[in-house]
Amino acid sequence: MSVAQERATGPAALQRRGRFRPGDAILYVVACAAALTGVVLLALITREVLTEAWPAMQKFGLGFLTTQAWGDHHNTLFGAKSFIYGTVVTSFGALLIATPISLAIALFLSELAPRWIRRVVAPLIELLAAIPSVVLGLWGILVLGPFVTGTLGPGLHGTLGWLPIFSTEPTVGSNMFAAILILTVMIIPIVSSICRELFASVPQELKDGALALGATRWEVVRGVVFPYARAGIAAALILGLGRAVGEAIAVTQVIGSRVAINSSLFEQGDTLASRIAGQYQGADTALQIASLVYLAVILLVFSLIANLAAQLIVRRVAGRHQIR
Amino acid sequence: MSAQAPTADLFRSERMRRRRIVNWIVEGAATVAALLAVAVLVIVVGSVVSRGWGALNLDFFTKTPALYSGFGPRPASGIANAIIGTLIIIGIALLMALPVGILTAIYLNELAPRRLAGVLTLAFDVLNGIPAIVLGIFVFVFVVVGHGQAAWKASFALAILMVPMIARSTQEVLALVPVSMREASLALGAAKWRTTLSVVLPQAVGGIVTGATLATARAAGETAPLLFTSALYSDSISYDPRQPVASIPMFIFTSAEQADPVLHQQAWGAAAVLIGIILIASLIARWFADRSVRRLKGER
Repeated sequence: MSVAQERATGPAALQRRGRFRPGDAILYVVACAAALTGVVLLALITREVLTEAWPAMQKFGLGFLTTQAWGDHHNTLFGAKSFIYGTVVTSFGALLIATPISLAIALFLSELAPRWIRRVVAPLIELLAAIPSVVLGLWGILVLGPFVTGTLGPGLHGTLGWLPIFSTEPTVGSNMFAAILILTVMIIPIVSSICRELFASVPQELKDGALALGATRWEVVRGVVFPYARAGIAAALILGLGRAVGEAIAVTQVIGSRVAINSSLFEQGDTLASRIAGQYQGADTALQIASLVYLAVILLVFSLIANLAAQLIVRRVAGRHQIR
Repeated sequence: MSAQAPTADLFRSERMRRRRIVNWIVEGAATVAALLAVAVLVIVVGSVVSRGWGALNLDFFTKTPALYSGFGPRPASGIANAIIGTLIIIGIALLMALPVGILTAIYLNELAPRRLAGVLTLAFDVLNGIPAIVLGIFVFVFVVVGHGQAAWKASFALAILMVPMIARSTQEVLALVPVSMREASLALGAAKWRTTLSVVLPQAVGGIVTGATLATARAAGETAPLLFTSALYSDSISYDPRQPVASIPMFIFTSAEQADPVLHQQAWGAAAVLIGIILIASLIARWFADRSVRRLKGER
């Protein structure tokens, strides 16, 4: 037996395998540290933001959420009520318009479109998601705003003016309705691309089975595709909502930045994210900065909850697919 | 082929007719929705290009913004400072995010126990959903308050956005590298770290490039993280990352607020430049992604 063979087979080989390799240890430690940045950053963001907002949280408490003010009484009173209202109205308004359109687009791409159309249209819709919000906002102020004020607004007010949401006529280009339309454009690509993947993952046997029983394509969608993808659709909508709630730039460009609560969508308003963005040129007092960061705390808490929920749903759905 | 009468009846029944009409309506609506989305894209990109085209000349890329008093001929003005500023901010952000993203992918795919990898991925996914404006506020209270704005602080905020994207697309390609390659390398006596860095990672270069370009495209257009970190800049060209620098998104944001139509045209021009950058980056990313997936899946 040669020396080399002995080395490869004898107990020495076992020892070799268990040998401490500094290279492995270094790679392990460095890569592990990198992978921990996600958790560390989440913790750090939460801690830093809470610390900076603390003076305002102490002074206003939860009453901050129900106070409608920004810098009243010589910059001593701040509250988020109108911003929360604006955020809820614009985000849910956008989600309301975007949901049916996104589902329809996803159905078109996954069930109806021939392959070559899908290969052209799907990347185009993804491109819509890639347009920066500041560019959409620019388009919102200079193109969409005048259109809402000049054509769409008077039309809607004239025909549906008895509805509280259209009860006034738009006077300036910036209003909550323009913000809703911009947010709709932003969340459609997100929701539709997630839903398209969901619909494509529905097992073909199930759809074939329904078709064989004589169902029309719509009945297959309603009876097989939607129920199968239900949880995933919910997650997609939560992610879309999160995007709408957190969007600052495009909204601040078109919403008018006013501390006000109006039922009419053609009035100006403001959202949490947009108020923060609007104050970038500097806050005057420490209390104003703390109040600004308090707004960020509200956004942070919402986005943590919404994203955690959506991701957990996505993981549960993905787990089910693996088991199948 | 006899006694088929009931079938024929079924197809002519009122109920069947209604079902078919409903089906037809829904299919039509789905097609219209897809057309609508494409139409919106065409309208937005169309307005940007048609309105911005006039602003795109040599001066626009080589000059800095010129003050105009309102009298006499307008001096030539451009966004050279914003273009250079964006390059600086994105470059530093990429330097921060690229190693972290790649190492994260290596850890999650090659080294970590499954459970832990799941938890860490969840953290990145949640981090990815935090609004950009909150990231801007975080960097603001973390390193800007009391110290002032700087280009590298904007890069830091953008890097937080970029890491999850780079990690994800690297991971997707790492998962496609055949186990047999790792086993072959280990069987030849190479250490784990050697196998990972010189056998597995080179196979994933396509995924890394894809993630890096996509992250760059997204970060180049982000404005919210810059507002509180690199917004108080001067109009001259600055190469110093310790000072706030101008950027294309901030230029669009501030110009859009002005009433000056010439500034509006320049904002459209800057938007056209930004969309052009993003379009090219997406095409590059797609090309690399297709190529690397094809190579790994189809064994060349």
